Amino acid sequence: MNNGCGSGSESCLSSMEEELHVLAVDDNLIDRKLLERILKISSCKVTTAENGLRALEYLGLGDPQQTNVMKVNLIITDYCMPGMTGFELLKKVKESSNLKEVPVVILSSENIPTRINKCLASGAQMFMQKPLKLSDVEKLKCECHLLNCRS
Amino acid sequence: MNTTVVAQLQRQFQDYIVSLYQQGFLDNQFSELRKLQDEGTPDFVSEVVSLFFDDCSKLIDTMSRSLERPDNVDFKQVDSGVHQLKGSSSSVGARRVKNVCISFKECCHVQNREGCLRCLQQVDYEYKMLKTKLQDLFNLEQQILQAGGTIPQVDIN
Repeated sequence: MNNGCGSGSESCLSSMEEELHVLAVDDNLIDRKLLERILKISSCKVTTAENGLRALEYLGLGDPQQTNVMKVNLIITDYCMPGMTGFELLKKVKESSNLKEVPVVILSSENIPTRINKCLASGAQMFMQKPLKLSDVEKLKCECHLLNCRS
Repeated sequence: MNTTVVAQLQRQFQDYIVSLYQQGFLDNQFSELRKLQDEGTPDFVSEVVSLFFDDCSKLIDTMSRSLERPDNVDFKQVDSGVHQLKGSSSSVGARRVKNVCISFKECCHVQNREGCLRCLQQVDYEYKMLKTKLQDLFNLEQQILQAGGTIPQVDIN
């Protein structure tokens, strides 16, 4: 697999072959569909959630009775969502001892510097502008694999 | 396979899609969308745009009702609808629709009901226009495939 990440260690290469499991959170159906498609083409396993609450459930931060909790390697979330915003979701993830190492990428249609800064300051891995392109995901994957290698 | 017919149809397709970009109906995001389609998912683009047009219709309906009574406009709700429409149109490359949404948002912010009504009318016009254009485009695609040809990748940059 052509990754351009530059790491040659065995363990790094083998983690590259594992599928990245991405949780994609967006209240807009079309954006969810696009995100899912882009991620699948990029050989990621995808779970979609239409809001922050559903996302937390999937991550095991919702109802304690929750059984279908899954391990994710990356969370991609829209910023502007009714109810819980992407920023609020980010904070919940980073506050959790189990999940704080999971990279969170924030997507937004607006490039507002104060918004970007507060997300990065709260631990977001990246802030990217919507709509996402196929080439954007390749960059994301590289970053995530590098993170996995380091830990 | 009649290669002349296929070549003609491919040429027609190419010219048509280029004209849609040149006239500002579509922007680069539409070509990004086309990249997501392959032999395994031949209807991906038409499915996504179909969802988009359904979205347009529903949102326009809701916003129309919110704007109906001059003395009782819920601008927050209208703004929410415009926000969604702007997002969706941006995601599929529907450039003209997106641009109307930008003006529309402004009208919401200053609570200009008349302005909102004008934008609503424009958004309705633009999405229906685009729907017709894309239908023509998809029909050309079908004709190419039925004639045994492949759909050209068009680079608009």
